[in-house]
Amino acid sequence: MNNWIIIACALMYLVLLFAVAYFAEFRLKIGKSVVNNPYVYALSLCVYCTAWTYYGSVGRAATQGIDFLTIYIGPTLGAALFFPVLYKIIRITKAQRVNSIADFISTRYGKNSSIASVVSLFCIIAVIPYIALQIKAISISLDVLTANSLPESSTIYITLVLAVFIIIFGTRSVDATEKHEGMVAAIAFESIVKLVAFVAAGVFVTYGVFGGFSNVFELAEQNSDLQQLFTLNGEHGYMSWFTIMMLSMVAVVFLPRQFQVGVIENIKEEHLKKAIWMFPLYLLVINVFVLPIAFGGKLSLPSSVDADTYVLAIPLFFKHDVLSLAVFIGGFSAATSMIIVETIALSTMVSNNLVMPILFSRQGFMNTVDQSIRQLILRVRRFSIIVILLVALLFDVYIAQYFSLVSIGLISFAGVAQLVPSILGGLFWKSASKNGALTGIIVGFLIWFYTLIVPALVNTHIIDNHVLLNGPFGISWLNPQALFGLKGFDSITHSLFWSMLFNCVAYFWISLYSKLNAQEIFQAQLFVDIDTYNLQEQNIMWRGTAYMPELHTLLSNFLGQTRAQNLIQNYAARHKIDLQSPKADPRMVYFIERILAGVIGSASARIMVSTVTKEDEISLKEVFQMLQESQQLIELNKELRKKSNELTRASEQLKEAYTKLKQMDEAKDEFLYTVTHELRTPLTSIRSMAEIVYDHPDLEEAQRQQFLGAVVKESERLSHLITQVLNLEKYENGKQSLHYTSFDFGKLVEDVSTSFALLAKEKSIVFKTFIPNSMLLLRADKDLLQQVIVNLLGNAMKFTAEGGAIKVNVVEENEWVHVSVSDTGKGIPLEWQPFIFDKFFQAINQTVKKPVGTGLGLAICKRIVEMHGGSIEVKSELGKGAHFRFMIPTFVTNLPS
Amino acid sequence: MSQAYKILVVDDDPYILMSLEFLMRKTGFNVTIARNGTEALELLETYLPDVVLLDIMMPDVDGYAICTYIQQTPKHTDCKVVFLSAKSKEADIQKGYDLGADLYITKPFSNKDLVSKITALLD
Repeated sequence: MNNWIIIACALMYLVLLFAVAYFAEFRLKIGKSVVNNPYVYALSLCVYCTAWTYYGSVGRAATQGIDFLTIYIGPTLGAALFFPVLYKIIRITKAQRVNSIADFISTRYGKNSSIASVVSLFCIIAVIPYIALQIKAISISLDVLTANSLPESSTIYITLVLAVFIIIFGTRSVDATEKHEGMVAAIAFESIVKLVAFVAAGVFVTYGVFGGFSNVFELAEQNSDLQQLFTLNGEHGYMSWFTIMMLSMVAVVFLPRQFQVGVIENIKEEHLKKAIWMFPLYLLVINVFVLPIAFGGKLSLPSSVDADTYVLAIPLFFKHDVLSLAVFIGGFSAATSMIIVETIALSTMVSNNLVMPILFSRQGFMNTVDQSIRQLILRVRRFSIIVILLVALLFDVYIAQYFSLVSIGLISFAGVAQLVPSILGGLFWKSASKNGALTGIIVGFLIWFYTLIVPALVNTHIIDNHVLLNGPFGISWLNPQALFGLKGFDSITHSLFWSMLFNCVAYFWISLYSKLNAQEIFQAQLFVDIDTYNLQEQNIMWRGTAYMPELHTLLSNFLGQTRAQNLIQNYAARHKIDLQSPKADPRMVYFIERILAGVIGSASARIMVSTVTKEDEISLKEVFQMLQESQQLIELNKELRKKSNELTRASEQLKEAYTKLKQMDEAKDEFLYTVTHELRTPLTSIRSMAEIVYDHPDLEEAQRQQFLGAVVKESERLSHLITQVLNLEKYENGKQSLHYTSFDFGKLVEDVSTSFALLAKEKSIVFKTFIPNSMLLLRADKDLLQQVIVNLLGNAMKFTAEGGAIKVNVVEENEWVHVSVSDTGKGIPLEWQPFIFDKFFQAINQTVKKPVGTGLGLAICKRIVEMHGGSIEVKSELGKGAHFRFMIPTFVTNLPS
Repeated sequence: MSQAYKILVVDDDPYILMSLEFLMRKTGFNVTIARNGTEALELLETYLPDVVLLDIMMPDVDGYAICTYIQQTPKHTDCKVVFLSAKSKEADIQKGYDLGADLYITKPFSNKDLVSKITALLD
C-alpha cells in the first residue's frame, strides 16, 4: 500500500473528527443538541476502550488466554455496582460545579487547594505514560501497515494535529464545567468507528480465513500451545485475575478521562439509566472476536509477528488492503479518543490546581487580576495541553520501550486507584478529614511509585539493578518487588496490596483523630446528604462584608462583562436580591464563588472570593445551625407541598361533587321530561276522543260508547301513573315511612295470587303457587309489600304468552322471606338487566318503548324492598323467561304486634 | 277535494289510533292504519300513501326509521311525512325535520288544528 494513501487516510479521518465536532457545536448553537441523549452518553463512556484494548487484548489473549476478559468483566460489574455511586457523584458535581476529579476531592475536603494540587500531580504522573501508550500504539500500527517505511516523525505530526483539535474543542470556554459537546460527539463517533472496524476484522478472521467459530476453536484445541489459553493458569493465576478485575472496575469510573465523560460531560443524570446497560453491551460486542483473532493469528501467522498487532497483521498477511486500512483507522480512533479526553481532563487539572495556586500565591498577583485573566487561564490550559502531549511523546520515545504494553495500562489503573478510598469514603462518611485523605493518597501513591515505577526504572538503568536483587542499601525487606518480604504475587497485585493497605489505614486512622474545620464539616454534609440539602438556595456558608462592584468586577474578569452581568442579574431576579444596595447579599457571594469554582476549581475560587471580601470567622456552632436551618426549610417545603397536594385533592373532590350534583340535576330533568312524556300519551287519547264526541253529536251510540269508554280507561291510566310517580318520589325522598303491622305474609301472597289466577285462566296460562301452609308472620308494611307482589305478577302476566306458565314461590329461611316469581315470557336481554330497576328505563334508553305499563313498576318494587332492608334481583335469559327474586327480613317474627 | 288523499296512520297506542282513524276518515281521507312499525313497513312495500301520520316511540321499529325509509325509497318521493309524537324536546323535533319530515306535531293535539294542518300540507 502506498504510504501517502495511509497518511492521507489518517489525516482525512482527523478532518472528519473536526467535522463531527463542529457539527455537534453547530447543532448546540441552534438549540438542537445531538449530544443531549443517552446513546451518545453511553458511546462516549466507551472511550474506556483504548488502543490498548483494541490491540492489546488480542495480544493478551494470544499469550495469557482468557485473562484478557478481566478488563471487560470489571467495568461490566462496575457499571452495575457503581450505578448509585455515579448518580451521587453526578448530582454533587452539578450542584457544586466541580470540573475535574481532583476538584471533586478537594471540594469534598473543605475546598483545600493542597489536596487538589497533589491529586492533580499524581494523576498526571499516573496517566501520562498511558497517553504515551496510545501514541506508541499509533506509531506501531503505522509501522506494521507501512512495513517500517515511514519516518519516525509522522507520529509527531499526528500528535500535533490532535493537539490542535484538543485546543479548539477543549478550551473553547474558560468555564470548565461547560460541556464540550463537540468533543463528546467526536468521542461517541470514534466509539462507533473502532467497534465497527474491530468486528469487521473479527468477521474476516473467523469466516474469511477460517470456517466459523467452531472451526477456529477446534483448530486451537488441537494445537498444544494454544490449549492452555483456555484455562486460568496464567503466571499468577487467579490472583492477577482478581486484581485486574478490581482495578478495571474502579478505572471505569475514576480514571480522569472516564470521570470527564461520565461525570463532567454528563448532561442529564437520567442518561445514566440507558448507559448502564449499553456500555456493558458495547464491551460484550467488542469482545466476541478477541479469541478468534488471537487464535487465528497464532495459527496462521509466522511466530515472529507480535501478538499485539494481530488485529492488523492478519488482514495485511492475507493482502486485504481495504480491511487493513479500516482496522488501522479503528485502532487510530481508539487511541485518539483516549488522548483527546485524557488531555482535556489533565489540562484542566494542571491549570486550575497546579498553575493557578502558584500564581495566586505570588505576592501582589491578586491586585493585578483584570480582564486579561481569562486569556491567561485559556493560555495556561492550551499550553498545558501541548506540554502534556509533548511529555507523552518524550516518554514514548525514550522510556516506553522499557515497559511492556500491557503493564503501562495496568500501572496507570493502579495509580488512579489510590484516589478511590478518599472518593468513596468522602461520599458516605462524614467524619472523613482532609488530612486523612491527603495522607492516604500521598502514602498510597508513594508506595505505588516505589513498587511499580522504580522496578521499571531499573530497566532503563537509571536505577541500579541491585535494588531489585538485594533491596536498597542491602535492606532486603525494602525490596520494591517483595516489600516486607511479601513474595508470590504478581507485581501489580503486590503493589496494589501494600499501597491500598497503607492508603486506607492512613485515611481512616488520621480521619478518626482529626479535628474538622467548619468548611470541612459543611462540605461533608453537602456531599454525604446531597439529597437532603438544597444547595442552590439556602446553604450559604458565608458571613462577612462584601461589596457588589468588586464582586462584579471579579466575575467579569473571568467570564467577560456580558456573561457576568447576565448571571448576576438572573440570580438576583430569581432570589429577589436587591442589586442597588452596595453591600452584597451573602447568597450572591456564595453564588459567585460557585461560578468561579467552575472556572478555576473550588479551592482557587475560595481564595479569589476571600481577597475581595472581608470574611467573618464562622464557628462550628453556626455551621451546624445553618445546616439545621436548611433542613428545617426543606421540611417546611415538604409540609407546604403536602398542604398544596391536599388542597388540590379537596378541589378535585369539590369538582367531583359538583359533577355528581350536575348529573343528579340532569337525571331529575330527564325524569321530569319522561314523566310528562308518559302523561302525554293517555292525555292525547282523552283529549282527541273527547273532542270527537263533542264535535260530532250525530255519532252512533255504539261508537260514542266506545270513545267514552276509552276516555274512562285512559283517565284511569293517567291517575294510576300520577299515583305511581308520586309514590316513587315519596319513597325516594324518604318521606314515606313504613306502617308496620304484623300479618301472615303467606296469606297476602295467596290473596294476590287468587285474582291473578283468574286472569291466567283466561289467557290459558298455567299459574302455580308454592306457599308454606304454616303461618308466616311478618312485621312489615303490608300495603307496600302487596304492591310489590302485584307489580311482579302483573309484569309476569303481561309478558307471558298464551299457554305459558307462571310460578310463585315463597320460602322462609333463617329469618328471611324469599319470594320468587318466574314466567316463561320472552325474557330480558342480558345487557338490559342492570338497568331494569331504573325509572323509565326503557323509555329513557331508546325510542322503542315498553309495550305496556308505566316504566315505574320495578323501580317502585326495588325501593319498597330496600326500605324493608331487603334486596331484589333478576335472572333471565332471552327467550327463556324471567325470574325475579326478592328477600326481606322477617324482623320481629312470632311476636305480637 | 276532487280525489280522496291516501293516508297511512301509524301508532302503537290503540286508543290514539282509533281516534285518528275516525278523524281522518271524517275529513275525507282514504285511511289505512298500522299498529306498529313493522306493519307500517310491510304496508309501504305496496301501498303508496300521499301522507304518513307517524308516531315515533313504538315497540319494534321507531318512527324515525320509517321516515328514513320513506325518504330513501324512490316510489315514495311524493309522500309527505307528519310526525305525531309525545316527544317534545327541541332536539327530537329537530331530528324529525332533519330526517326530512314535512311536519312535526306534538301530542296531545287539537283535532281541528291537526286536520287543518294536514289539509294545508296536501293542498
